[in-house]
Amino acid sequence: MNPKTQNKIAIGTLYGVAGLVVLILLALLGYILVSGLPQLSWHFLTAPAKAFLKGGGVGVQLYNSFYLLILAMLISFPIALGAAIYLYEYARDNWVTTTIRTAIEILSSLPSVVVGLFGFLFFVVKLRLGFSILSGAFALTFFNLPLLTRSIEDSLRTIDLSQREGGLALGLSRWETITRVILPAAVPSILTGVILSAGRVFGEAAALIYTAGQSAPALDFTDWNPFNISSPLNPMRPAETLAVHIWKINSEGIMPDAKAISSGSSAVLVLAILIFNFAARYLGKRLYKRLTSA
Amino acid sequence: MKTTQQLEKQLKRHSKAAKLEIWGKVVSFSALLLIVAVVVGIIGFVASKGIATFTSNHVNLWDFLTEKKWNPGITDANGKPEVGALPMIVGSFLITILSAIVATPFAIGTAVFMNEISPNKGAKILQPVTELLVGIPSVVYGFIGLSVVVPATRAIFGGSGFGILSGTCVLFVMILPTVTSMSVDALRAVPRYYREASLALGATQWQTIYKVVLRAATPGLMTAVVFGMARAFGEALAVQMVIGNAALMPGSLVDPAATLTSVLTTGIGNTVMGSLQNNALWSLALVLLLMSLVFNLIIRLIGRKGRLQ
Repeated sequence: MNPKTQNKIAIGTLYGVAGLVVLILLALLGYILVSGLPQLSWHFLTAPAKAFLKGGGVGVQLYNSFYLLILAMLISFPIALGAAIYLYEYARDNWVTTTIRTAIEILSSLPSVVVGLFGFLFFVVKLRLGFSILSGAFALTFFNLPLLTRSIEDSLRTIDLSQREGGLALGLSRWETITRVILPAAVPSILTGVILSAGRVFGEAAALIYTAGQSAPALDFTDWNPFNISSPLNPMRPAETLAVHIWKINSEGIMPDAKAISSGSSAVLVLAILIFNFAARYLGKRLYKRLTSA
Repeated sequence: MKTTQQLEKQLKRHSKAAKLEIWGKVVSFSALLLIVAVVVGIIGFVASKGIATFTSNHVNLWDFLTEKKWNPGITDANGKPEVGALPMIVGSFLITILSAIVATPFAIGTAVFMNEISPNKGAKILQPVTELLVGIPSVVYGFIGLSVVVPATRAIFGGSGFGILSGTCVLFVMILPTVTSMSVDALRAVPRYYREASLALGATQWQTIYKVVLRAATPGLMTAVVFGMARAFGEALAVQMVIGNAALMPGSLVDPAATLTSVLTTGIGNTVMGSLQNNALWSLALVLLLMSLVFNLIIRLIGRKGRLQ
């Protein structure tokens, strides 16, 4: 066969492969949205779940997902920021740094179920926190730390070296240069990274089934005292999230409309991820314009 | 008039900025140490729990890895507990390797298309779609597997529809976006002048792709595939929902089977801490942990070899 025909066949095949992949991916997205969107209603998004009857909602689960996400982010962001600053701004290129980098890589490659089991062993059993939002938030923190650290480090890397030299030349210490010059310049891309990792945390389930638990006690949304068991703010109550809810009703659910509820919940999860993605892009661009007056 | 001692003290004292500098360095370094402590903690805890099966319950390590019966609550004729983890280990490897074999040509083909043949369409359509799909939660993949793939398998091959085949289908779609976007990065790293040189020598586009670009990008592509395999191996819920959860040696691809992760997710909640049943599950978690370390090592070795060339 001459090379030209071969070329045509190969390129044609590649068109076919790419087309097929696009088809699979679009069918996937389409299926989630088409089967899920009709289920969505104000009632579905706010009503509590029902165990045996149809017509339950996912209000509590949705709230739990956001509460856990915010707690996990509050814990993991400062740690990841500190770690990234040290790794990129201070750390010398020696074996200690290499070892630390390897450790972070290992943490990011651990299956989330292993992270969840560790959270169960350490927080739920050893520290006696029980199945609680707090245990779940710590497990999510571990899951999130390596990704967030890497993304913040990448953000720091995009800041030009001349900015650091400028700060130092003005007589600022390194720490002052970092907090006054580098971080403000890196805020837009750090924010983008944070929102994208929030999307991953929002949909995580395997790390949560044995830490935040698989039950969602009814909440009293008029009681904001964090020490009451039915208060939405109480961090010691078990809290099933939306992602865990989908898994739970599909593996052991007995409500008659389990499929409809899972479709609806899946659509909510995917929409949330979509919103996170767009928000990350939009806010990043917007902030960049404002902060750099470009 | 200050004495020399006072003056010396004043000169040698840290300025406010210097103190802040030390404070900042200490705080950021302790954040880093915390992450390392977490890693050491996870490995240490899981290992100590996982080893208990062999040290305090006196299960033979070789039996654990090669026996085919998994019933930790029951003892066999010789009075030994039935903790053969082979079905789960085989299940995990089978599902990982099969999904990687199916996903690799699709992922690399799409990546080549996006980067070499039609960069415009790639950037406009494929890039955003793959990026979005990387972020879709695994339970959603599991749910779609349960409501689409399992009934389809049942209709075509009979049986319950749960099994390795359904698991492979779900994992294939799940790792496809990840492997694709990493392959794109690998292809993008090949310098432009490689392609120009090849085309200038009279090679066709396909010859350039096949003989130059893919060869140059091989280490990166291999990393992408191994990364996808690591993700498939560690995936828990999506697999657990479609594999059928029967801890038996899989006789065929459409028989219900089990993986390390599926047994862990269903079992840990139903056993008592410290019992043999529970310890055996922790040993499975240890196998999972060790395998993820092995995948990590392979990725590193590929990276090192790629740099040498």
